[in-house]
Amino acid sequence: MARQTASNSSSSRKAKASTSSALPKLPRAKALKATGEELLEYYREMLLMRRFEEKAGQMYGMGLIGGFCHLYIGQEAVVCGIQAALKKGDQVITSYRDHAHMLACGIDPKPVMAELTGRATGISKGKGGSMHMFSTEHSFYGGHGIVGAQVPLGAGLAFANKYNGTDNVSVVYFGDGAANQGQIYEAFNMASLWALPVIFVVENNQYAMGTSVKRSSSEVELFRRGESFRIPGEAVDGMNVLAVKEAADRAVAWCREGKGPILLEMKTYRYRGHSMSDPAKYRSKEEVQKMRADHDPIDQVKQRLLDGKDATEDELKAIDKEVKAIVAEAATFAQESPEPDPAELYTEVLTAY
Amino acid sequence: MPVEIRMPALSPTMESGTLAKWNVKEGDEITSGDIIAEIETDKATMEFEAVDEGKIGKILISEGAEDVPVGELIAWLLEEGEDASAIDSAAAPAVAAPVNNDVAQPVAAAPAEVPAVLTPAADEALPEGTTFANITVREALRDAMAEEMRTDENVFVMGEEVAEYEGAYKVTQGLLAEFGDRRVIDTPITEHGFAGLGVGAAMAGLKPVVEFMTFNFAMQAIDQIINSAAKTLYMSGGQIKAPIVFRGPNGAASRVGAQHSQNYASWYAHVPGLIVLSPYSASDAKGLLKSAIRNPNPVIFLENELLYGEKFDVPEVEDYTVPIGKAKVVREGTDVTLVSYSIAVGFALKAAEELAAQGISAEVIDLRTIRPLDIDTVIASVQKTNRIVCVEEGWPTCSVSSEISACLMERAFDYLDAPVTRVTNVDVPMPYAANLEKLALVKVDDVVKAAKAVCYVD
Repeated sequence: MARQTASNSSSSRKAKASTSSALPKLPRAKALKATGEELLEYYREMLLMRRFEEKAGQMYGMGLIGGFCHLYIGQEAVVCGIQAALKKGDQVITSYRDHAHMLACGIDPKPVMAELTGRATGISKGKGGSMHMFSTEHSFYGGHGIVGAQVPLGAGLAFANKYNGTDNVSVVYFGDGAANQGQIYEAFNMASLWALPVIFVVENNQYAMGTSVKRSSSEVELFRRGESFRIPGEAVDGMNVLAVKEAADRAVAWCREGKGPILLEMKTYRYRGHSMSDPAKYRSKEEVQKMRADHDPIDQVKQRLLDGKDATEDELKAIDKEVKAIVAEAATFAQESPEPDPAELYTEVLTAY
Repeated sequence: MPVEIRMPALSPTMESGTLAKWNVKEGDEITSGDIIAEIETDKATMEFEAVDEGKIGKILISEGAEDVPVGELIAWLLEEGEDASAIDSAAAPAVAAPVNNDVAQPVAAAPAEVPAVLTPAADEALPEGTTFANITVREALRDAMAEEMRTDENVFVMGEEVAEYEGAYKVTQGLLAEFGDRRVIDTPITEHGFAGLGVGAAMAGLKPVVEFMTFNFAMQAIDQIINSAAKTLYMSGGQIKAPIVFRGPNGAASRVGAQHSQNYASWYAHVPGLIVLSPYSASDAKGLLKSAIRNPNPVIFLENELLYGEKFDVPEVEDYTVPIGKAKVVREGTDVTLVSYSIAVGFALKAAEELAAQGISAEVIDLRTIRPLDIDTVIASVQKTNRIVCVEEGWPTCSVSSEISACLMERAFDYLDAPVTRVTNVDVPMPYAANLEKLALVKVDDVVKAAKAVCYVD
């Protein structure tokens, strides 16, 4: 995963396109550093996401989860690193692949899992399902099922921050597939025009369902998709949580300083299919295996912890055990909770007025 | 031959205007493309370009003249070698002359059946001694927004041309001056984007009023309106609210063809999670828009371009609001019910007058709110009249009229002495040609005929 920045990769074009030199530049990347404590926290969080998703996959297979179920396994470093750069009041919004984003926001896994099983204790009272989950308490604005629709919404969250004069930023996640939706560029234009404090994060896991980026995108360097809107962009190794955190720190600072939107392309990979019903025959087993073996975000942090003697194997095993227990508790909760009361069918269509 | 210069029309619906300024005086030489005058209506200002070249021979209407009818002769242009005496000889036989080419746009005959506006019965709840201001629907809408913006800092207005241009149809006139560009925001032409951005801002607690230049363009944004605005409250178990108003003109305007002449009332009324309002009078426009802005839910507010300039009495009551979800009996009657909304209420009222002259007493109901539909008021009327005609400026299939008909089958079948009848536009895309457009639109005559048919009167 080569690290590259917009300014580096576009240097050959600069002579031709004079306007690109007017594009705002991102501050340069600093060396990747983290304390032992931070590494342990990342390890714990990413492990929770992975175990949660593995459990969700298992429960889906048992028929306990209905409909669609999009797992985040392999992509954990993205949401973990970005969330670590945010502060209270910063909003997060994403697509239907949203379980891990919620855990990263600090939301209790129990109501998330219970939403997946469609129970009364689910975070949307069982009325949303895996693709439609929200927590205003944790500034998590969904959980949206229409590819790309969350992007103008997220620009609207940023608009509210600016309107209210806060220094909060909004983080808008979307995939490489969504990157070809027109409304994203409508949102880019307004966000840049009005200097909205929004971080656009393309989670490029390289496949839009079964269509690779190469087969769907005339410009495969997605971090450059903001150039014609004067939104600076940068590609980041999205398998390395430290690289993500470092880029996110600079992006957050950029937005808080009122410099407008910024675009981060996270080069990442999902190990599982697009959804539970996708056998992922469009790529080789070897490709997946290679990513897992060489770039796994959790293994990378684990190795760093051990190499830096910030944790022992036993200490990490203890964390594994603790995380497994949390997920098991969530799974039990999600299976034992009652289904919604039939009366819930008719509530919350409109707010009483 | 001297050339006639006639009062131009800014739009097919314009009947008269103010000749605000002459940029030329008698004796000036002009060539085609010169701006010779400025014309104003309450809706817009237009520069009047010369088409022919020559010398201004005589100015007949001086600047500042108001209510100059479209097509009126306002000046004479002399061709090369002519002098003022040529005007006298030209003027004599010119009485029946058709509209000259100098007019920038063809002057339409009176637009298809814009009814004389009849003021509906006053609101039942008004205190005695209430005074009324006679204002246009356009002014009423603007006043509603301004009042709500004064009392609630979270209310802002966003859309194409709403700020510096003061509204494509001048509905947001004066708002930028009073509230500034933080709260009155010109957007790019990007309906899907700004609808979504507005919904996001609403989810974060603001109260956007999003103007669509017309609802035809909202089809670009309908995913955000339905999937994001209407459904998120339910999907989030009540956590995420979207207090947003989408407003703008809806339905057929005049001579703008199929893509700009559609009524979306039944489209939005189909969707749980939305409130759909479509007022007729200025007082309802004002009162309902204020209620819409205060409402914590997404509201579709359907206006009508042809009504913008119509004047109605609006109560001079502080903080005048009209309840959402309540239809209004705007004319009482005993023989047949005419139920309608928006511009077609005017057709229904006109039809009721004609029916009265023929001895039939028609009750007219203005639905005002399309969702939630106040079917109880309709049923109460049908229980009295036992006959009903639904009048709708829109397509018939799966229309609001269809819904009323279905509700009456379920809940008032035993009270009906004749089939529920729909009088609507014709089931075709809106044609452009004046005669075809007239044929496609709902007409007062059709309402009269349908009402007589359900009364079994020839």
